[in-house]
Amino acid sequence: METVIYILSWIFLLGGAIFLLVGAIGILRFPDFYTRLHAVSVCDTMGAGLVLAGLMLQGGFSLVTVKLLLIFYFMIFTGPTAVHALAQAALQGKLKPVVDEHEQQ
Amino acid sequence: MEILIDTILLVLLMITGFSIVRMRSLLAATMLTSIYSLLSASLFVVLDAVDVALTEAAIGAGISTILLLATIALTTDREKPPQRTPMLPLIVVIITGMALIYGTLDMPHFGNPQAPVHLHVAPAYLHDTPGEIGIPNVVTSVLASYRGYDTLGELAVIFTAGAGVLTLLGYRTRGGNSMDPGIRKLLILRVIGKLFFPLILLFALYVQFHGDYGPGGGFQAGVIFATGFILYALAFGLGNAQRLIPHQLLRIMVAFGMLLYIGVGIESMLLGGKFLEYNVLADDPVSGQHLGIILIELGVGITVASVMLMIYYVFRSRQPEGDL
Amino acid sequence: MFIAISAVILVAIAIGLLRAFLGPTLYDRVLAANMSGTLTVLMVAVLGFMTGRPEFLDIALVYVLISFVSTIAVLRVCGTGCGASRDPEADSGEG
Repeated sequence: METVIYILSWIFLLGGAIFLLVGAIGILRFPDFYTRLHAVSVCDTMGAGLVLAGLMLQGGFSLVTVKLLLIFYFMIFTGPTAVHALAQAALQGKLKPVVDEHEQQ
Repeated sequence: MEILIDTILLVLLMITGFSIVRMRSLLAATMLTSIYSLLSASLFVVLDAVDVALTEAAIGAGISTILLLATIALTTDREKPPQRTPMLPLIVVIITGMALIYGTLDMPHFGNPQAPVHLHVAPAYLHDTPGEIGIPNVVTSVLASYRGYDTLGELAVIFTAGAGVLTLLGYRTRGGNSMDPGIRKLLILRVIGKLFFPLILLFALYVQFHGDYGPGGGFQAGVIFATGFILYALAFGLGNAQRLIPHQLLRIMVAFGMLLYIGVGIESMLLGGKFLEYNVLADDPVSGQHLGIILIELGVGITVASVMLMIYYVFRSRQPEGDL
Repeated sequence: MFIAISAVILVAIAIGLLRAFLGPTLYDRVLAANMSGTLTVLMVAVLGFMTGRPEFLDIALVYVLISFVSTIAVLRVCGTGCGASRDPEADSGEG
């Protein structure tokens, strides 16, 4: 059982790391602000969630787990709210999304 | 391996510093400053300076970014282009920097146990804290008890800053509707703000009173407290926040925290000890220390929280109408 | 192994930092700062496990709450207007 949990935690941690890296590459490579929002969401949800879940499995059940759960709880509320507020502000600030030129015509 | 992380973080810090200097847009520079403090807090974590990291997290990433933004909202977000080429300042900076680096060559190596700082008073603090003060967090015992005078001085600096801002800028009362039209659109922000406001205050109380046992204390807790109220002001408008904590109350609280600190010192003098000698506050010295530390940390927390919130109020109250 | 995870997080922070330098709009920079905040929280948590000091999680908790407030502050304090114009650094970045 111990080993299963151990291996599982590393699977979670590595998966989270991959998601973080993918999100980071996305924020660099995507063409405009609105598409980059998607990349950040990957970091905020899957990346953070998996890393925190992996850490929870590592820590066992204690105050540490409760704190990690709290961090996760805060993150799933604050991340989307911040990104939503950002997108709304950008839209109201007349930031135009990049649209494929062929579709525009 | 930790050295490697240290090095990478330091390099990132350096790059961020350079690009802050290069930025002409002050808003962009503010965002980079916030990233800078995130990075330096991570560096403090790697260096095991947990209390400092907590302070940096609360102050650098939170309140100083918010106050910088409030300043930019009052002034301008463009840096003026320089009038002449900065050749002379550059030379001065390079020479000074080289002199400083030359000075560090004489310093003991990183983590050297024979360094003077580890031989002088630090061993005494580490050795005596369990018996004399009886709290697990040595940082708090040094800050609040052994070096109580210094902390009083720091608090006086914050108090003076608050008084200075109030004197220079003054507070502008404004009537009219407290709910500006922009807020009505932010439904999600308002719901989340309502959800998080009590949680932040609760966490501030935890940091305040857990300071004896873990990282934290009055300074950090005060800043987190102020940030909670700033979140409220952001989500519900300045007018509603001022209905929650009126400006007049803040002025009293600023002075009250400072007086609480000094009062503990005078009380210990009245009881026959020296200024800020907590041993005499209770029957047995260790619980006297406990009481004294909790009281002065409370004073620090109250003053820091109210100064930060007051500066925010003063800045925002000067904002042009309709854009709270 | 924790080293590997924190190395990945550091690389991600560096990439986020690059986006913050490049811009080109204020919103991109805020987004990059927001992402760096998330990553720093994870970094602090992982470092806490690596060095075996779980009280580091308090810092991570402070971070989540504070960086949220400062992101909201950017958008509320300078309003919706200030980021609309592309800032002067825009020309240097964004290939």
